[in-house]
Amino acid sequence: MSARDAIFQEMRDVAALQKKRLATLADDLPLLDSGLDSLGFAILVARLEDRLGADPFARSDNVKFPNTLGELVAFYDEALA
Amino acid sequence: MPERLTLSAAAAAAGGTTVVAGPKASFAPLSLERLSGFSSDRRALKGRRVAIATAEMAPALAAMCELDGLAQRMLLLPGGLAADLMSAIMDAAEIDAAVVDADQPIFNGAGRDAYAYQLNDLREAEPLSPPIATEWAMPTSGTSGKPKVAVHTLNTLTSAIKPTAGVAYATFYDIRRYGGLQIALRALLSGAFLAVSGAGETPSEFVARLTRLKVGYVSGTPSHWRRALMDASTPDFAPRFVRLSGEIADDRVLQGLRARFPSAEIAHAYASTEAGVGFVVDDGKAGFPAAFLDRNEAPELRIVDGTLRVRGPGAALRLLGEGAPALKDSEGFVDSGDLVERRGDRCLFLGRRGGVVNVGGQKVSPETIEAAVLAHPDVLACRASARRNPIMGAIVVVEIVARKGVAAGQDLERAILAAAGARLQPHEVPAMLKFVPELPLTDGGKLARDA
Repeated sequence: MSARDAIFQEMRDVAALQKKRLATLADDLPLLDSGLDSLGFAILVARLEDRLGADPFARSDNVKFPNTLGELVAFYDEALA
Repeated sequence: MPERLTLSAAAAAAGGTTVVAGPKASFAPLSLERLSGFSSDRRALKGRRVAIATAEMAPALAAMCELDGLAQRMLLLPGGLAADLMSAIMDAAEIDAAVVDADQPIFNGAGRDAYAYQLNDLREAEPLSPPIATEWAMPTSGTSGKPKVAVHTLNTLTSAIKPTAGVAYATFYDIRRYGGLQIALRALLSGAFLAVSGAGETPSEFVARLTRLKVGYVSGTPSHWRRALMDASTPDFAPRFVRLSGEIADDRVLQGLRARFPSAEIAHAYASTEAGVGFVVDDGKAGFPAAFLDRNEAPELRIVDGTLRVRGPGAALRLLGEGAPALKDSEGFVDSGDLVERRGDRCLFLGRRGGVVNVGGQKVSPETIEAAVLAHPDVLACRASARRNPIMGAIVVVEIVARKGVAAGQDLERAILAAAGARLQPHEVPAMLKFVPELPLTDGGKLARDA
């Protein structure tokens, strides 16, 4: 499964657990408009670490934080490459 | 600040502040010596122990200005607390009266005298004379059992504040918590503009408003700032001073802020409700210089049994509440409970002692979470612990041993979260549940905890 599929699926699961309404997922969707709050993203990143074995936020060579869903996917793709 | 100068008098002497909360509400504390938002004569609160239980921050700050010098004790209650928890905190602080909203109060006083307050209906009032030394009480977090309340004075709360005019202040915090209150008091004592978020305002809307208002000094937790770094909706947001406190500032958030705000002065402060302000670090690196441990000036720092102890003029006077421990050791140091390790010339924060989890700046005791999770009938045993997290600093993970014959899966996960959520504050609700066959016990038969 690709990082993209894993991210989309986990976002849906986290939104369901947190009882949040998730926006339609697309590459240009600003992350903060996705429906997940900070805690939701915190849970998402932890679940993705368990699932993909990578936490791109822990890498010291990239200080930028992703802003859109497409950037988040690229963030994980880079870490997994 | 000289003794017995009330907050409203000090704010007036500084030239007055305009507080803007949300797109509408504003007030100038300059006027609150002679104006009052109380529907009845505020002198009835003289010498009383009063809780401030308004929904919004702006009326709470106005009430603080009015009650300082008038009440014997005032208790600050941050937003979002459940009514029964508010009542338990008031019991701990021996509160006998409450300031509530005149319109649609979120709290009715729970048997205590309720005094209606309305910020947009100020009326003339007699100035207070002579003022008394009011105790400022604030709930602490991260303890199990009954709530505990730290007692400050205006002097302890303002001991680290050097008034600075010419800059507008804002904070992502609730100003009824220690970190946010520091910014509100700094603005009031500087006669400076202060912006706080209003109810229903999203963080993105707040940042957009701060950008329009050209606010120069913005404080928040690393988690607040990580969120701001993920927000591309306000590219013009460019505070001159970026301040972090309330949880561990890691290298990544500091570097991310440096990249996003190249010309800002970025610093992280160490402070807590109990110990007050410890120090400020502005070299852009996580942790603090080990040289801070050797300095002779206040606040003094030392590491004892792995945790940081602080002795300084900003510490609370004492703790209130059933079973409250002594706040200070025999030498006057407050044990912060923050685990610190010295590595060469740097000291780094490792987390909290006793498994306490700092979720985005709010401390959570594992015992409190375990008690709420155990309330679900299908949970046989559980253990709550912190898991490091790049978004919130840490999240709460609960390992669960389910009762025999119960299917451990997503349905049970949801049911347990719903049951625990009804008993916990929002930030205490576990972020992740893991079903495990058993949990390790210590030789003494207690649940084994790391650190």
